[in-house]
Amino acid sequence: MEKLQFSFPAGPPAQGRVLAGVVGSGDLEVLVEPGQPGQTRVAVNTSVDGCAWLWQAVLERTFTDPGAAALAVEINDFGATPGVVGMRIHQALSELNLAGKA
Amino acid sequence: MNTLEQPRVWDRRRSEKKRRVALVDGLADGKVIPTGSIVAALESLIGCGDRVVMEGNNQKQADFLSRSLAKVDPQRVNNLHMIMPSVGRSEHLDLFERGIARKLDFSFSGPQSLRISQLLEDGQLEIGAIHTYIELYARLFVDLSPHVALVAGYKADRKGNLFTGPSTEDTPALVEAAAFHDGIVIAQVNELVEDESELPRVDIPGSWVDFIVVADRPFFIEPLFTRDPRLIKPVHVLMAMMAIRGIYERHQVQSLNHGLGFNTAAIELLLPTYGERLGLKGRICRHWALNPHPTLIPAIESGWVESVHCFGGELGMEEYIRARPDVFFTGRDGSLRSNRAFCQLAGQYAVDMFIGSTLQVDGDGHSSTVTRGRLAGFGGAPNMGHDPHGRRHPTPAWLDLLQTDSPLERGKKLVVQMVETWQAGGKPTFVETLDAVQVAKDTGMPLAPVMIYGDDVTHVLTEEGIAYLYKAGSLEERRAVLAAVAGVTPVGLKADPSATARFRERGLVAFPEDLGVERSEATRSLLAAKSVADLVTWSGGLYNPPARFRSW
Repeated sequence: MEKLQFSFPAGPPAQGRVLAGVVGSGDLEVLVEPGQPGQTRVAVNTSVDGCAWLWQAVLERTFTDPGAAALAVEINDFGATPGVVGMRIHQALSELNLAGKA
Repeated sequence: MNTLEQPRVWDRRRSEKKRRVALVDGLADGKVIPTGSIVAALESLIGCGDRVVMEGNNQKQADFLSRSLAKVDPQRVNNLHMIMPSVGRSEHLDLFERGIARKLDFSFSGPQSLRISQLLEDGQLEIGAIHTYIELYARLFVDLSPHVALVAGYKADRKGNLFTGPSTEDTPALVEAAAFHDGIVIAQVNELVEDESELPRVDIPGSWVDFIVVADRPFFIEPLFTRDPRLIKPVHVLMAMMAIRGIYERHQVQSLNHGLGFNTAAIELLLPTYGERLGLKGRICRHWALNPHPTLIPAIESGWVESVHCFGGELGMEEYIRARPDVFFTGRDGSLRSNRAFCQLAGQYAVDMFIGSTLQVDGDGHSSTVTRGRLAGFGGAPNMGHDPHGRRHPTPAWLDLLQTDSPLERGKKLVVQMVETWQAGGKPTFVETLDAVQVAKDTGMPLAPVMIYGDDVTHVLTEEGIAYLYKAGSLEERRAVLAAVAGVTPVGLKADPSATARFRERGLVAFPEDLGVERSEATRSLLAAKSVADLVTWSGGLYNPPARFRSW
């Protein structure tokens, strides 16, 4: 069990909340809420130790746009592959966009 | 000519066979060797240093004969050269540990891959080569002509007529090579009948078979191709959606082989749902070279599938196949007739596409299932996973891969590697160097055991996207295109985001959003069957899954 924190430059806070995925074997849940202005913070609770560099690499690829909405992301991971992590984050973000438009 | 020279003898093999067969006169009743006498019979019929074909297939195993061969006296029978499509059972390797056999030529060794490596290291086993299936059968007719073939069937009559049942698999190819070059053919059967009229059909004529022995228990058969839909995950669904849109639909893939795995099982289960919604029925996936995958049942029942020719059988699919003779190849008795040699040829020459998974892919797209300490072999994937230059007939998909207007350019088979960038357990699929390279060095093999060579791969599909490698203009561009979908692996981390954006614009790389694939739609609810019980329902109760796949 390991707790990791990451932050990325961002714009104004996002609107709305969303949940994607489940804490099942090989999967994870991603909870997204509006963040503090200027910064997206990601808190990761993972069952797998020693993979901080991998999380950094996956998250870095997702939160590339410093103008994007600021988020507070909580991830509860039960041994998901980087592919599943990326897919779940994308799912959460795309749902948030839909929720924002509605 | 020197008149003192002895006249040349032209029938040594035939005379030797006659001599050995005469030795078991007292043991056998005509062609029938009593079950309890098989070890003694093998000691007479097999000579030291013989090339012996042992029928170990992907599914069916001549296990009574292999267990019996492992019991012969190594003082009498030794230094055998074993030729085996699949090395799947522990007694196959006991032969080497006991000194009965010395050399091995094979194709596939899944469950025994670790022990083969160890025996090799200990010097108890010598490997001729690791082959693809067709390649191994081919050598039986060239430089590996067998002295003895040990095979398995369901039933035989006293004349040696053999009924192999749905799992004919490799038997015809193996028997032909021995029977027509004065080799000795010995078949184990589950049941002996008096007369041909009691056989459902004859798969191998009696005149090709020298001896029959009733096995102590029915031959071992493995349900290798059953994938439980409950284990298909959303990421498999996402990749399957991308495959259907970005490859099957784009290139109009009408004939194909699916490798084994949850990725391809997901595609099969998405055809009646996602594929149907896209209006693709009748336009893709009509003809298959495929084992009878239970996960194909919903697509068959929904009218997607015109034909399926099978390498082997699959436990539990017998009655379903019997009830669908327009789709499957069946005998007059109604049961499946599989044939690995022909199905491999079909998968090599006659299908538009091969799609499969692997354990490791390097930056050039070379792939291998051989990892450190494991000599897994190839099986049939390389036969299907390459572009056969002997092909001449055009199909829409084959022509769709043409890159120039030249009237002299040939079309191309689609060879697709479908892999998640990382495997469960924290192993990257994309690596700097294949383990196979080191394995070759360690074991003294002249070449690294590569499953599919990079230059044969036309597409790589990951959860990140699809790399259309065949469109790359140079080797360097190919590497960059592959890296663009390789995720956060040692290969993928080299990708340059601005280059990736240009590749997407030019159509060399496609991400889900470029293909109109919604990630949020990638859920298990898209699967036409979510459990083995659902498959049984789809089949109208005709599919009868083995106990281990039943949760009810």
